[in-house]
Amino acid sequence: MPQPLNYLKETASQTAGPYVHIGLIPAMAGFDIFEKNFSNVLVTPNTKGERITLEGRVLDGAGTPLRDVLLEIWQANAAGRYNHPADRSAGALEEEFRGWGRAGSDFDSGLVTFETIKPGAITDRTGRKCAPHVNLWIVARGINIGLNTRLYFSDEEAANAADPVLNLIEQPARRATLIAKRSERAGKIVYTFTINLQGPEETVFFDV
Amino acid sequence: MNAQAPALRDPRLNRPEPFTPPLGDGGFFQRDRSIHPPAHAPGYKSSVLRSPRQALLSLENSISEITGPVFGHNDLGPLDNDLIRNYAKDGDPVGERIIVHGRVLDETGRGVPNTLVEFWQANAGGRYRHKKDTYVAPIDPNFGGCGRALTDDTGYYYFRTVKPGPYPWRNYVNSWRPAHIHFSVFGSGFAQRLITQMYFEGDPLIPVCPILTTIPDKDALDRLVAPLDLNASTPFDSLAYRFDIVLRGQRSTYFENRTAGN
Repeated sequence: MPQPLNYLKETASQTAGPYVHIGLIPAMAGFDIFEKNFSNVLVTPNTKGERITLEGRVLDGAGTPLRDVLLEIWQANAAGRYNHPADRSAGALEEEFRGWGRAGSDFDSGLVTFETIKPGAITDRTGRKCAPHVNLWIVARGINIGLNTRLYFSDEEAANAADPVLNLIEQPARRATLIAKRSERAGKIVYTFTINLQGPEETVFFDV
Repeated sequence: MNAQAPALRDPRLNRPEPFTPPLGDGGFFQRDRSIHPPAHAPGYKSSVLRSPRQALLSLENSISEITGPVFGHNDLGPLDNDLIRNYAKDGDPVGERIIVHGRVLDETGRGVPNTLVEFWQANAGGRYRHKKDTYVAPIDPNFGGCGRALTDDTGYYYFRTVKPGPYPWRNYVNSWRPAHIHFSVFGSGFAQRLITQMYFEGDPLIPVCPILTTIPDKDALDRLVAPLDLNASTPFDSLAYRFDIVLRGQRSTYFENRTAGN
């Protein structure tokens, strides 16, 4: 027998269940408990960059919006810098902009929204240029392990065409599942997206 | 066609470069999906229409996955890890008083410091304080059912609560959840993000739970069951259960002064 390696095993995932709001967004469950709450608003008045709303829905295999889903986003600031010690890129760090938020879907419409800024392009540590994107993590009843995907921006055609992750997707039609569409609504910039859990337009999910 | 063989060279001129320690890329160890429940687990009916059917696209970790949100004590309130007191109105909640404690580790066995751990649960009667929960067991006016903590320098966390009750749910007509506490953990990078559930040693509902048995690996399932930890109990006050959580390990980058490793 060779020497044992003795790595631990990752703890198994379990579904977040239908009552995920209690723990992560208690106001949505219908009560007020914490002094400080996490939310879907990532910006403060001082945040640099273009204000945008991300608005989307998650659809099940029958095309019905999930009304009990929770999404988290993780993104760089407008200079393309993540607020994390491992990011040593050149863009200026903004201490106030955490770059993370969470939102539950509306219990009736299934709509999910985030108020944030459009992130800058990212230069990876290998020097690769990556198109601006938001990292997305999805949990809900019936989802046994959190789903990872990304949102890219429809007005970044050239950057998207050169993005190393989008180019890993073999079928060009499937790349489109990750592109949020830009529009203007009452003077605000809105990017809309649809996450399809199944079906011919199933969103590309990543094993990260 | 045969590729041309490389020209023969003097082997003494063909020595490898002097050995230097491997420069990890800071990526996380590949997730072993065989210990996790599959997305499509028909015994848990809700998963049928909510499970992706295409293969996941494997992504070598970039800066987007190695980084993740950083939390601090400023994000928390003083009672956030005390579920007996953090929603009490006119007394303590009903139920068995328990302490839950443990460490958040990574696969190399190192503690994960300063990471956010969130938890939520039903009350002692198996009822959630949630507008969508209609189970007949009553709401406890003194129990909210959620809390959170930041791990210390060694990855240790603890909180106090009452033991949750089992409850029925719509899967089969007589499906019951074993008593459990939901956990959400961050780690140092977004690729470590994990939600799981902790169960209690000796619960007879564990082997018949359609959600718990989505886990194909018996050892992985057993690692979700917290043992009674009598040594950590508070005499004449609270029993204790021990629950360690393991997040994915990380390849090192020796030039980086990281908080969680090396």
